[in-house]
Amino acid sequence: MGKKTRLSGNEAIAYAMKQINPDVMGAFPITPSTEIPQYFASYVANGEVDTEFVAVESEHSAMSTCYAAQAAGGRAVTATSSAGMALMWEMLYVTSSARLPVTMALVNRALTGPININNDHSDSMGARDSGWIQLYSETNQEAYDNYIQAIPIGENGKVRLPVMVCQDGFITSHAVENIELLDDEEVKKFVGEYKPENYLLKKENPLAVGPYDISNYYMEHKKQQAEAMKNAKAVILSIAKKFEQLTGRKYGFFESYQMEDAETALVIIGSSAGTAKEAVRRLRQAGKKVGLIKLRVFRPFPAEELAAEMSGVKAVAVMDKAEGFSACGGPLFAEVRSALYDVKNRPFAINYVYGLGGRDICVEHFEMIYDNLFEIAKTGNPGEVYRHIGQREQEGDK
Amino acid sequence: MKDKDIMEFRWHGRGGQGAKTACLLLADVAFTSGKHVQGFPEYGPERMGAPITAYNRISSERCLVHSNIYNPDFVIVIDETLLASVDVTRGLKETGAIIINSEKTPHELRTLLGGYKGKVYTINARKISEETIGKNMPNTPMLAAAVKVSNVVDSDNFIKDMEASFRHKFKTRPHVVEGNMKAIKKSLQEVCAG
Repeated sequence: MGKKTRLSGNEAIAYAMKQINPDVMGAFPITPSTEIPQYFASYVANGEVDTEFVAVESEHSAMSTCYAAQAAGGRAVTATSSAGMALMWEMLYVTSSARLPVTMALVNRALTGPININNDHSDSMGARDSGWIQLYSETNQEAYDNYIQAIPIGENGKVRLPVMVCQDGFITSHAVENIELLDDEEVKKFVGEYKPENYLLKKENPLAVGPYDISNYYMEHKKQQAEAMKNAKAVILSIAKKFEQLTGRKYGFFESYQMEDAETALVIIGSSAGTAKEAVRRLRQAGKKVGLIKLRVFRPFPAEELAAEMSGVKAVAVMDKAEGFSACGGPLFAEVRSALYDVKNRPFAINYVYGLGGRDICVEHFEMIYDNLFEIAKTGNPGEVYRHIGQREQEGDK
Repeated sequence: MKDKDIMEFRWHGRGGQGAKTACLLLADVAFTSGKHVQGFPEYGPERMGAPITAYNRISSERCLVHSNIYNPDFVIVIDETLLASVDVTRGLKETGAIIINSEKTPHELRTLLGGYKGKVYTINARKISEETIGKNMPNTPMLAAAVKVSNVVDSDNFIKDMEASFRHKFKTRPHVVEGNMKAIKKSLQEVCAG
């Protein structure tokens, strides 16, 4: 079982897609996800997959293609980034509300403007209310593993929702690192066949997909969709368990790192979690009780589980790689702080917006954040909770 | 991971000179020798001739850090003209070394390195590649020099692995393999310390 090699995050996703061998890929290239359809197109050209590759004229059409293919009874995949996903916007909602489990590799990139090709999470955070399940990856390995798990999660009869698998543009998408791959047969067995209950090409049961929904029914459909997202929680965990049995690699809603006796903690998403773990290691060596929670599943949001994990902590910093312009904190902060509301003796919670448009964040930044958390725990004064880190300041800025 | 278990490299080149390829090849050879690797370029608007930077982390355990490298052990400069415009020794450890593609001696170049006190190596990668590969392809010689100076992998194993990799990559063009292998062997010998 398994093959140890080295791949970039984009190569890893393309390889996962090859092993999944979907019926259709609809895609339009955009940096930094371009390599995924590029590599996949070569698998198609070489006859290594049975997939119909539909080269479309825009991302709106890419998602429309996936929607139509999935509605017809096929399994469809796509890959995109940033403004590419923004152009799919309407179809993201159409796909999730039609309960079509399309999967998307989203290589996170700042959503313009000013125009920028580098990493942050503004694209996927903007789509957080679109009804898609969102899985985030720290490494190429996690991107690969998440994509394989995304198929049975989305297609589960209690869920039937599309899934986006996110990884950080360039930071992991274009970095070559060690990775362990599954055998083709193992992936084939793990994802199984797509067997929807009803689909357009099922002649015994003619149906329409995506018709107008009048007020008299619309809300029931939305409630069902909301229930499906709640159902996804148990399914995500059971698929993770199956995946662990196959690979030994453990997944959940989040990864807890040195949280057992932690007094201060970070909540963070994506590749920078690794950098923050190095800060935890250094501070632990110096005797400081610090921990970290790396969120893998942002939709559905594991509010109760996160709250329980943070209940013993004195102060927590929530790291947002997206600026939400709410004037009171980023999107992850809003969710995490809300989750903490019901915790007895809840910790202080502060927010750091970081890494926008590819701004680098280093181990030393995280060490400084933990220092600040200890100071807050000591003084009981969190000060301004909505903060930014890593940017140059103009004179007169706070 | 203990600090001493990790080696960090920074590559400076110009778009089109193969700095990214050399960086990925170094990751490849280190992986083949059983290491954990990271090889990643720093991306911006891409254009031929513009300065580009690429990085490697090579370690015995998986390195979790995903930031750029600010205090490398080794710096490799593929284009000598960058010395005038890029601060190539910035953050470079004095226990480390810089390797520059140049026909000049390390002694001649040291004055351009802003008082850097560590080791300086030069290699005439242009000449070597023109003589062996038949055109100015400095990245293969620079890769060999980086291996030689850092000793990140054993030189003999490096030669063996590169040959296997070239044979695979250039199946239909065996003369390309021969030229590149000559370039590697010559570079391992001709890298010049100062």
